Amino acid sequence: MLKRLTKLLQGIGSRMLERIWRLGAAARFFFYTMVYSGESLRRPQLVVREVYFTGVMSLIIILVSAFFVGMVLALQGYNTLQKYGSSDAIGVLVALSLVRELGPVVTALLFAGRAGTAITAEIGLMKATEQLSAMEMMAVSPIARVVAPRFWAGVISMPILATLFSMTGILGGYMVAVPLIGVDDGAFWSQMQANVDFKEDIVNGFIKSCVFGVACTLIALFEGYDAPPTAEGVSRATTRTVVISSLAVLGLDFVLTSFMLSP
Amino acid sequence: MERTTIDLWVGIFAAAGLAAMMGLAMKVGNLTTSGIGETYAVTAAFENIGGLKARAPVKSAGVVVGRVDGIQFDTKTYEAIVTIKIDKRYEFPKDTFASIYTSGLLGEQYVGLDAGGDSVPLKNNDKIAHTQDAVVLEKMISQFLYNKASETGDTKSGDKKQVGEK
Amino acid sequence: MTDNIVEIDNLSFGYKGRLLHKGINMSFPRGKVIAIMGGSGSGKTTLLRLIGGQLKPNHGQVRVDGEVVHNLDRSGLYRMRRKMGMLFQFGALFTDLSVFDNVAFPMREHTDLPESMIRDLVMMKLNAVGLRGAHSLMPTELSGGMSRRVALARAVALDPALIMYDEPFGGLDPISMGVIVNLIRSLNDALGATSIVVTHDVHETFSFVDYVYFVSEGVVVAEGTPEQLSKSDMPFVHQFVHGEADGPVPFHYPAPDYKREMLRGHDA
Repeated sequence: MLKRLTKLLQGIGSRMLERIWRLGAAARFFFYTMVYSGESLRRPQLVVREVYFTGVMSLIIILVSAFFVGMVLALQGYNTLQKYGSSDAIGVLVALSLVRELGPVVTALLFAGRAGTAITAEIGLMKATEQLSAMEMMAVSPIARVVAPRFWAGVISMPILATLFSMTGILGGYMVAVPLIGVDDGAFWSQMQANVDFKEDIVNGFIKSCVFGVACTLIALFEGYDAPPTAEGVSRATTRTVVISSLAVLGLDFVLTSFMLSP
Repeated sequence: MERTTIDLWVGIFAAAGLAAMMGLAMKVGNLTTSGIGETYAVTAAFENIGGLKARAPVKSAGVVVGRVDGIQFDTKTYEAIVTIKIDKRYEFPKDTFASIYTSGLLGEQYVGLDAGGDSVPLKNNDKIAHTQDAVVLEKMISQFLYNKASETGDTKSGDKKQVGEK
Repeated sequence: MTDNIVEIDNLSFGYKGRLLHKGINMSFPRGKVIAIMGGSGSGKTTLLRLIGGQLKPNHGQVRVDGEVVHNLDRSGLYRMRRKMGMLFQFGALFTDLSVFDNVAFPMREHTDLPESMIRDLVMMKLNAVGLRGAHSLMPTELSGGMSRRVALARAVALDPALIMYDEPFGGLDPISMGVIVNLIRSLNDALGATSIVVTHDVHETFSFVDYVYFVSEGVVVAEGTPEQLSKSDMPFVHQFVHGEADGPVPFHYPAPDYKREMLRGHDA
């Protein structure tokens, strides 16, 4: 009995240690990515190429999801608001929900699922087929050439995607609220303008999406770079990317929101 | 993929993002109606500001003419000192009334300015002399109950007199 | 300037308590093609990584051009690597770049040559391996032999003094194998370079190398010219050269007595 208990505790202890060790490795990885970013600045073409593959290729899923989210918000919002006779506030509801929370968070989750896994798989495969080794032997740092451009591309793409998400969601909400349900056009926009503040809401949402961009891209890059160079290793790494990115985004969202909402 | 095609798409992507940001700022947010113009500051003292918060609107005749900038407590007079910033385009006479109203029945509170007739305008860092406090709901209710109670008391004594006179 | 471009001095290397190499001594003279042969898992590829500075030895030294590899700092290491070219086991071409861009990669990264010159150089290298016409293809469109040749062109892009080959004959048909053999020898002589070939293909290798090192159980068990080794009667060399199923390298993985194990099933 005691033996089993000690074994259990040892298991938990070693797993905890492994997680902490991994966190340290990830922090070192982040540091090196920063240090080797000089190449990305000198050759912006590398970054532009990666922005295409992470940002532009994610546009479709982001925009379609945004449209649906906005529409659902309008429907659900109207359903509740009209019980209190405040159906005019539907514009505010849709706009604030999107700009403050749903824009950054849902975009980050979709980004992790689409672009994050693509990055992890790509880098994991490059490691498995010795392409990264080949680069090292050719005296080119793989972190400078492969990792850093993708990092900056993710950091640039995320806020843009989140902003597009918010805007498209609001349009989706408008489509449902005004032509479909019949809420007054002027009331929709004027209430929104009166209650959505640029500094408090829009800028804060933008800051959130930047932070999420750093987190998701870094996690995707690290998991790919650290993956065991086998088919199974790479596939496990892509799963880890999605799981850890999602948890990180939701956790950071809480931290950031509590900072931003406290006076 | 051709290099130039990639560049084109990334350019469109970035431009779309910028446009969306502009759209959010202009149409959705209140960037156009706040902070753009120059303002001058004016203070007013209230005994009770109710639920007035910083950045609440300042309206005159229903139009937003400024924002509440800050709220302080004066320990000497035990009053609330409210600093409001008024758009430079609008001038108010020195004997303007500043009152705290509530939008709707239970909505947020704002400062209403009723212009007086003085020919001298308010300048930066001037003090509004005439103020009216916010209506506090609890005081209103207790007032209502008190009035109701005294009314029934009067009718009772009235009946008594009639009985007596008989 | 020493006669040997690479010297391995009493090298010991291992992971987690298991020593892969236990005191290896090798020297690689300039201008020659030398093979490192041994069974699978004997640490041949690891030797290449130690020479290239990707791994650090536990004991002993690896010297390239007189400099101790693991004492070099990052910039020194990168300087040294520019004198080397390496052909990885399955080519390791960059899958997102075309054949042309793959070969041009080292040139673009390490030189400031104008694009016109790079184009000429890339075409020359591709011509040397016979794939000038394939310059616009992507690596996924190439056969195994072709991608191996492109990787070879990329390895010699900067005219290195040392070229290392990691199992260059793996999985190739006889024709492609003949092509690669030809290329290794002719490129080496044309560039005046030194080539180290890690392989276990006896017949092909013996036909073109100058010297062979046999590695087994972490030490060099035999060395010499191909003629000397094919006549050798050392048990390991004999088993390896003639492809015998059983000898110093046993056929059976360690297991308990056969009869006892089979009978145990009946009794139970």
